[in-house]
Amino acid sequence: MISSRASQQHQMGSAHADYPGLKENEVSTGTTIMAIPMADGVVVGADSRVSTGSYVANRVSDKISQLSKHIFCCRSGSAADTQALTDYVKFYLQNLSVETGREPTVKTAAHLMRKMCYGNKERLLAGVIIAGWDAADGFSCYQIPLGATCLKVPFALSGSGSGYIYGLVDSEYRPDMTCDEGRVLVKKAISHAMARDGSSGGIIRTVVIKPTGNDRDYTAGNALPFGPTGY
Amino acid sequence: MASSGSGYDLSSSTFSPDGRIFQVEYASKAVENSGTVIGIKASDGIVLGVSKPLLHKMVVATTGSYKRIHNIDVHAGMASTGFLPDARVLVGRAIDEAVDWQDNFGGKVPPHILADRLGHYVHYFTLHGALRPFGASCVMGAFDQEEKKYGLYMVEPNGVAYSYFGVATGKGKQAAKTELEKLNLHKEPCTSADAVKHIAKILTLLHHENKDNEGKPLELEISWICEATGQKHAGVPKDTIAAAVTWANEQLDEEEEDDDEEMEEG
Repeated sequence: MISSRASQQHQMGSAHADYPGLKENEVSTGTTIMAIPMADGVVVGADSRVSTGSYVANRVSDKISQLSKHIFCCRSGSAADTQALTDYVKFYLQNLSVETGREPTVKTAAHLMRKMCYGNKERLLAGVIIAGWDAADGFSCYQIPLGATCLKVPFALSGSGSGYIYGLVDSEYRPDMTCDEGRVLVKKAISHAMARDGSSGGIIRTVVIKPTGNDRDYTAGNALPFGPTGY
Repeated sequence: MASSGSGYDLSSSTFSPDGRIFQVEYASKAVENSGTVIGIKASDGIVLGVSKPLLHKMVVATTGSYKRIHNIDVHAGMASTGFLPDARVLVGRAIDEAVDWQDNFGGKVPPHILADRLGHYVHYFTLHGALRPFGASCVMGAFDQEEKKYGLYMVEPNGVAYSYFGVATGKGKQAAKTELEKLNLHKEPCTSADAVKHIAKILTLLHHENKDNEGKPLELEISWICEATGQKHAGVPKDTIAAAVTWANEQLDEEEEDDDEEMEEG
């Protein structure tokens, strides 16, 4: 829904009017991202559309960044902001591993991200999900939305498309799902979000995180579980 | 081991010809002449004990003001000996490190990091011509929340920080180390409750062996961090210490009788 005033201000290739946090001509990952920790792994999924207003700057981007061996970060909001934040946290975690001699924990990664987001909250437009595995806490995920709260949640949805699929995920999520079932749910949910949110689209990328190794996968745009061809 | 510094001992930024830094060794002397501290890593926790011969009658005793074991954080405690004002500074630094870690990384500082950081700090003061080394050793016990294990460390005036099964420092440390080795802690850890008794016994024994302490009362400051305290550092209850001291005295009397019997027979 676009109000008439917004459509008057709306220029080709600018999201500045719609998203007050974005600067002039800044690129946005208006997005759908999600993470669900299961008993045997964490499933993390994202769409791939990066837009500047109505121009799709990248239709196959990777919004799932690796912070450490078993910790990933899903990014939404300003692409520049989230890339910078992710680079910092990755760097800090690397140095931390060297000093402690251990793999970092998801809690620590989330704490570092939150600290940076909160300290710069006036200047940033970033909503991220930190998800992964560590030996201390097992499989977990943390949600850090725009104001920089840090919430440990049983499953996390974020980005502009997430609002359209809360009902779907709430009704279909079960705490005892396996990774394979989780992956199916993630793809289904993101497909539904991509169908309704203009800022989400492209392909679906998923990563299944396990202590034995991570598994990256993508679903092509013409093979979505739900969409224009699947109606 | 009286060795003359002969001019190489004026500054801690000077090595001697045989590769020693005398100022750091002299700092350790300050520790050797001070009250005994013992730490034991038990199967279910860490116990720290300090021997506090009464200063004099007019000092308010116990942990009122003359406190030798401090909380570094909820999950970590430190007993110190040597030049006590220096020890205070180290306690303050350890607290800062713990707070800093939690502020940056969100969890409680792991024991090996805390020990390492304090070791680095102490070492820094052995590098400068303008600064003197710390004349204090710190015995530190803490719980590692990530790996769910306990850690016992000692930081010495030269900056080394090692992990121990059992450690003793201060006056009579050699005798204390011998007693600790008899306990076989490295092969078979004891429980925290037993560790309190062992520490009470060793400190009481050392107190009696020192003829200067003839007639002087001994106060023990003992703390632990174990399952019973929920992995939090806390003082051992006074009646537990009193019971341990009673047990210790009984044990020591028995051993004396056994020794006397042996001598008579021989």
